[in-house]
Amino acid sequence: MRRSVAAALGVVGGMLAGAAFIRRQSVKRERADLYFEDGSMLSLTNGAPGADRLLPLAREIIRGARGT
Amino acid sequence: MLWLTMDAKQALADLTEISSQIEAAVVFDEKGEVAGSTLAEPARADAFAAAAGQLLAVAEGVERGESALTKLEVATGDGSVFVVRDGNTSIAATTGGNPTVGLVFYDLKSALRSVKATAKPAPAKKPAAARKTTTSSAKKKTAARKPSPRKKPDAS
Repeated sequence: MRRSVAAALGVVGGMLAGAAFIRRQSVKRERADLYFEDGSMLSLTNGAPGADRLLPLAREIIRGARGT
Repeated sequence: MLWLTMDAKQALADLTEISSQIEAAVVFDEKGEVAGSTLAEPARADAFAAAAGQLLAVAEGVERGESALTKLEVATGDGSVFVVRDGNTSIAATTGGNPTVGLVFYDLKSALRSVKATAKPAPAKKPAAARKTTTSSAKKKTAARKPSPRKKPDAS
């Protein structure tokens, strides 16, 4: 009985950890990469000063292009 | 502008045929005027170009270095937006999630280059004339070369 409860808790814990990992990955993926003429690149991750204006604009463009 | 629009449409048709990752694309100038779009409705294409121009403007405001901004990618959870600029002409495109960034940039640059190449009017006549002279000179050279092998049998 104890074993089955422990196994069920293990499965649920694993699923929660997996979901948290996937969510973290998808949030981490949000970024803006700017490329300049001299070959330099600036990557702004979600939460950076410039990204907070670029990301909503990009979401608006994607929604508009898909017609959703 | 009409010929540019036609070239942009052809370039975008080629682009969407080559790249399966690109969902929608638009070619526009610095004033936001649309030269071509994959979107069926002109109003949506105008809105796409305006928002992409705004994206470029905001990105330029973020980093004001000496070097000019040439391209950008904004990746969201829903997909990515790419903008490539060359002079006054820009191309913007949307993709799904996790696109092959280098490949999308390459395809967009190629499309933009083909639009700009066809946009330049006809200074192709001069090189054609130059080619004629080179071919005639080449002919002369071959004509001049021909007698030399004949001389050999005579000499031997």
